[in-house]
Amino acid sequence: MAYRSRVGVAGYVFADLREVLAKASPARSGDYLAGLGAGSYEERMAARMVLADLPLRTFLNEALIPYETDEVTRLIVDRHDRAAFPPVSHFTVGEFRNWLLLDTTDSAALAALAPGLTPEMVAAVSKLMRNQDLILAARKCRVVTRFRNTIGLPGHLAVRLQPNHPTDDLKGIAASTLDGLFYGAGDAVVGINPAGDSLATMHRLWQMLDDLRLRFDIPMQSCVLTHVTTQIKAIEQGAPVDLVFQSIAGTEAANASFGVTLALLREAREAALSLGRGTLGDHVMYFETGQGSALSAGAHHGVDQQTCEARAYAVAREFRPLLTNTVVGFIGPEYLYDGKQIIRAGLEDHFCGKLLGVPMGCDVCYTNHAEADQDDMDTLMTLLANAGLSFIMGIPGADDIMLNYQSTSFHDALYLRELLGLKRAPEFEAWLARMGIADAQGRLRPIGDTHRLLRELPT
Amino acid sequence: MSEPPGPIEPIDPSRPGTLVQDDPWQALRRHTAARIALGRVGASLPTAEVLRFGLAHAQARDAVLRPLDADALQGELEGDGWRVLRAHSAAPGRHEYLLRPDLGRRLREADRARLGAEPAAAELALVVADGLSSSAVQQHVRPLLAEFRGRFDTDWARTPLVLVEQGRVAIGDDIGAALGARLAVVLIGERPGLSSPASLGVYLTFAPRPGRSDGERNCISNVRPEGLAYPEAAHKLAHLCRAALRRQLTGVDLKDDSDLLALPD
Repeated sequence: MAYRSRVGVAGYVFADLREVLAKASPARSGDYLAGLGAGSYEERMAARMVLADLPLRTFLNEALIPYETDEVTRLIVDRHDRAAFPPVSHFTVGEFRNWLLLDTTDSAALAALAPGLTPEMVAAVSKLMRNQDLILAARKCRVVTRFRNTIGLPGHLAVRLQPNHPTDDLKGIAASTLDGLFYGAGDAVVGINPAGDSLATMHRLWQMLDDLRLRFDIPMQSCVLTHVTTQIKAIEQGAPVDLVFQSIAGTEAANASFGVTLALLREAREAALSLGRGTLGDHVMYFETGQGSALSAGAHHGVDQQTCEARAYAVAREFRPLLTNTVVGFIGPEYLYDGKQIIRAGLEDHFCGKLLGVPMGCDVCYTNHAEADQDDMDTLMTLLANAGLSFIMGIPGADDIMLNYQSTSFHDALYLRELLGLKRAPEFEAWLARMGIADAQGRLRPIGDTHRLLRELPT
Repeated sequence: MSEPPGPIEPIDPSRPGTLVQDDPWQALRRHTAARIALGRVGASLPTAEVLRFGLAHAQARDAVLRPLDADALQGELEGDGWRVLRAHSAAPGRHEYLLRPDLGRRLREADRARLGAEPAAAELALVVADGLSSSAVQQHVRPLLAEFRGRFDTDWARTPLVLVEQGRVAIGDDIGAALGARLAVVLIGERPGLSSPASLGVYLTFAPRPGRSDGERNCISNVRPEGLAYPEAAHKLAHLCRAALRRQLTGVDLKDDSDLLALPD
């Protein structure tokens, strides 16, 4: 069905819902690479005005990607909870934005609504929201998850410790892990991206992190970020796997390019649950996403990259993850060109994920061929921390020497804690105090060269 | 039981030498190039590290944005005895190159016709592309090729070297096809990291033609003195070239087992 706008001299016609959404999106290079972006500033506003007047129900009646050919669409439709939808079912997208921003729309109302929302509704309303709206509305969403500690409590921010090494050298990875623990990082997960694909090496990585955890009684979880099939195999071989990781996207074809289906993700979750390693909860999955992944796989079906990304969160929430991480600037300038586009995308992703009930963190990051620098990362991490972000990355000096990109550092997390009074996962914070790494307020203490971690670990 | 802190040098703001809270695990740096044990001032990075990081990022940015001095490199390569042809991708400049990867993967129309009129390649087409680091190309192409020539046997007089501006890896398909090469060898500047602003990648594609996928290539990455040094890289490259020509393929089915062979001194 075509949508018309009377804005401008000649007015605008949008062929279908996908085109309305794509042209209403704030400008970003990936939508232009796909040939979907608005042709003018006026056309973008015309699309937003059309979008604002659409009933939210439209997204239940008109699939962007056909139900018959895409299992993510089937998941979205089949899992939509009609009983949760009534508080907003009579709204247009524009009215939905107004409602989200009301003082009276509180955390409990948003949590109850989440199963009644589809990713398309959430993506649509985000396109009408300014950055401050995305921050304020997201801050009201609370998504609390547990494995060996508690992530997502109000006033808290966790850190994924990312101790990568270009040759998966155990001592190199241990050195960065220790550095992070001394800086009070690692409560979200200690997650290694292996450089190679040797299962034997990965076994050693899992074992090393588990030995460290047990020896010092650290309330943390670990993860080796390899393909789910490799992790299932490792579980079968007896590896101490805490969280199962997978990159996911918002269309069946894009997931196929990652070598996954919903059935495979279900199997992976069952395998992780079978180990019963969580002490406080059974959130065993760790997902990563990012705008542009569907287009880069040629699997976007004419849907704009931000809407595709929101659909990935429908995949994520189906599997009750401990953590979901939008790796916002990693994909490169052909999808998000500069600091402005990366910042906007990070705020959109966090808002959309949280509104859908997903425990969102963000890899606030960029590559060296993007028009961005550490100042842009400072801006985005400060905004996201105010928005109630669940976790950020902690990488020594923000420089990942294996993946060759820049993210956020252990120091960056300290900055956010100092600025905004944000706490670590309570169980982890208590461990830091027991170990003399942080004081009762969570502020780092000076570490002496006889500290137990230095004494007992080979250096 | 709380862990008592060990002996610690107190911070005394009146003494500039003690403003930074140093980390007593600096010995761990021998295990990794990661930026560990940086110390801190309050919650923040010490000035020296802010500057060190800023310089590394500046060098990486310059490597991406500084145009390759193709005229100078052509002269040097010809001095080394190579038959150098010039070409340009369909991306007119760096801005378009970064925004439109598809343009960097194919030749400008005029250049495709021009290369097609050149004498056919005997076996290999060597392609040197700026990619995302002109510094890498400027620094590493000549020494790597010199090592390679000594380790691989072919009709060098009929081996063209195409110097291409604003090129991505897949442009080797277009060039190799235009020159009728059996094997395209693309030497290209890799995306710079902070610790590696100038790192060269080498990609091999058997029977190059437009539409080849990345799964049909073999790659040797991180070529630079601090990474994979020239003799080792040239050894791997010569080994892969021989294997590709013998088995008539490149890609996932062609394993790099050059490590199993002794590296000649």
